[in-house]
Amino acid sequence: MASLRAGHRSTKLSSPLWSNIKRYKFMYILFIPAIIYFIIFSYVPFYGLTIAFKKYMAFQGIWDSPWVGLDNFRYIFSSEKFLTVLKNTVLIHTYALIFGFPIPILFAILLNEVKNQLFKKTIQTVTYFPHFLSWVVFAGIVVNFVGPTGVINTILVNLGMQPLNFLTDTELFRPMLIVTGIIKEFGWGAIIYLAAISGIDQELYEAARVDGAKRLRQIWHITLPGMRPIIILMFVLNLASILDAGFDQVFNLYNPAVYEVADIIDTYVYRVGIQSTDYSIATAVGIFKGVVGCVLIISANSMVRKWEGRSLW
Amino acid sequence: MNGAAEVTTSKMLKRRRSALGTQNPWWAQAIIYLILFVLGLITFIPILNVLAISFSEASQIRLNPMMLIPQQFTLSAYEYIFSTPILTRSFLITVMVTAVGTFFNLMFTAFAAYGLSKPKVPGYTFFTWMIILPMLIGAGLIPYYILLKNIGLIDSLWVLILGGLVSPFNFILMRNFFWSIPEGIEESASIDGASELMTLWKIILPLSKPVLATVGLFYAVGHWNDYFNGLIFINDNTKWPLQVVLRSIIIDQNMMNMGAIPQSMDPSKVVVTPENIKAAAIIFAVLPIMLCYPFLQKYFVKGIMIGSVKG
Repeated sequence: MASLRAGHRSTKLSSPLWSNIKRYKFMYILFIPAIIYFIIFSYVPFYGLTIAFKKYMAFQGIWDSPWVGLDNFRYIFSSEKFLTVLKNTVLIHTYALIFGFPIPILFAILLNEVKNQLFKKTIQTVTYFPHFLSWVVFAGIVVNFVGPTGVINTILVNLGMQPLNFLTDTELFRPMLIVTGIIKEFGWGAIIYLAAISGIDQELYEAARVDGAKRLRQIWHITLPGMRPIIILMFVLNLASILDAGFDQVFNLYNPAVYEVADIIDTYVYRVGIQSTDYSIATAVGIFKGVVGCVLIISANSMVRKWEGRSLW
Repeated sequence: MNGAAEVTTSKMLKRRRSALGTQNPWWAQAIIYLILFVLGLITFIPILNVLAISFSEASQIRLNPMMLIPQQFTLSAYEYIFSTPILTRSFLITVMVTAVGTFFNLMFTAFAAYGLSKPKVPGYTFFTWMIILPMLIGAGLIPYYILLKNIGLIDSLWVLILGGLVSPFNFILMRNFFWSIPEGIEESASIDGASELMTLWKIILPLSKPVLATVGLFYAVGHWNDYFNGLIFINDNTKWPLQVVLRSIIIDQNMMNMGAIPQSMDPSKVVVTPENIKAAAIIFAVLPIMLCYPFLQKYFVKGIMIGSVKG
C-alpha cells in the first residue's frame, strides 16, 4: 500500500529501489546506528593493519611512518621466540582438543541415563556454574587450589610426597591448563549435546529394545549417531580456531617462569604490542593469526557443507 | 513455551521408556551416578574451599587449608576489603557500566536485529553481512588500540560500554526470534493505524521479552566479567572496573592496591592474611553472579538452545 502511494506521487522520478528504500525508512533508522558502530569499531581498524608493513613511529602516526615492506614478517618468522609461541599455541590447543573435546559428549550421555531428576538438575547446576565466572576469578580459585599451600599440595605433603609447583613447573603447567580448562567448561559444553540427544526420535530406542538391544548398544547405535552432526560441527569449528589457545585462561595463570611453555600468540601480541609498544611487530603477528584463522574457518565451513549438507553461515 | 512442551513430551516419553523397562543394570546405573557425583565434586570443591577460607580466621588457614566449611567463622577479611576504598569504588564502577552498558547493548542490538529482520529491505544481505563478518575476522588488538587512542577513548569509562556494543552472535539470536513472529501481527497493527514505532514498542518488544532477557543477561554477565577492556584501555587505576582490581589483588598479588591498612582498624587487631583477602575478594566479585544464578542458568540455556537450533 505504501509503495503504491509513493508510486503515484512521483511516478517518473523514483525507481522501484528508491521507493522501496523510502518504504522501509523506519527499518533503516533502526539498523543504521549499529552499522555505523561496526564501521568505526570493526572496519576502520583494518586501515591500521598497514603498520605491519611499516616501521611504526608513535609521534608520526600510521600515515607518516616509513614503509618497510615485509621486513616485520621476515623478522617474525626468523625469530626463535615467535616459533616457540606458535608451537605452544598449537600444542595447547591440540591437547585441549584431544582431552577436552570428548568429555562434554560423554558427560551428556551419562547425564541422559540419569532418571532421578533432582540428581540430574543438581549436577547440571553445579557443573554449569564455573562457566559464569571470569577467568580472573577462576584463575584465583585455581591458584588457591593448586598453589603451594593449596588443597592438592596439602594432600600430597600429608601423604609424604613432594609438593608440586603446578604454576611454575614447565612440565606441569600445560597439563594444569588443560585440566582446569576442562573443569571450567565441560558442564556448559554438554548443553548443546543434551539438546541433540533430546532431539532423537524415541521410537528408535523402542524399536531397538524390541530387537533386544542392550542399553550400551542403544547408545552406540542410536544416541551417538543422533549426535553425529553436532559433534562434527563442533569438532570442525574447534579445529578452525587452532591458533586460539584461550587467551583469558593463559593470561591469568601464566608467569615468566613458564613463558617458554605457556606463551601463546595472543599473549605474545599483548606483551609485544601493548607492553613493549612494538606495534608493527605485534600487528604483523596479528595478521598472520587472522589470515590463518580466516582460511581455516572458510575451509571448515566447506567441509561441514560437504559432509553434513549444512553451513555455518 | 515451546521448551515447556518439549520438556513434557520428553518426560512422558521417558516414563514410557522406563515403563517398558529399558533400564541399565543396577551396577551400571550406580557407576553412572558415581562418575557424575565425582565430576560434580571436582567442580564444586575448589569454589567451596575459597568460600570457606574467606570466612575463616587467618590462623586456621595454615593449619587446615583443605577446609570446606569456615574454621572459626569471622568476617574480618570482608571488613578489611570494604574498609579500603578501591574495591568498593571499582564495584560501583562495574555496577554502573553493567547497567548502562547492557541498556545500550540491548537497544542497539534489538533495533539492528528488528531493522534487518525483513529480507525485503533493500541492501538486507549486504548490511547483515556487515554485522556478521566481524565475528569471523577482525583487525586484531593493536589496530583497535590505535583507533581507541585516536578517538580519545583510552582512559575513558566509555570504552567499557562501547567495546562490543553489538555482538554479532546476539544479533543473530534476536533476528531469528523476530523472524519467528508471524507477520500478520504487524500487518494487523498497521491496519489498526499504529505507526511502525508504536508497533515495535507496544507489540514486538513486549512479545520479545524472553529473548531480550536472554540476550540482556549475556551482555550483563559479559560486562560483569570483563577485565580485558579495563586492563588494556584504562591506565588510571581510579577508573578500574572490579575485575581489574580483583586481578591485581589475586594474580599480581598486589596488596598495595588495596591501600594501606585503614586507620579505622587497629593494626594489632588485623588478623587477615593475603589468602583471606584474596578469597574474600573472589567471593565478593562472584556474589552477584551467585544471587542471579537461577535466572542466569535458565536464560543462558535457553539462549544456547535457540542458537543451536539455527545451527
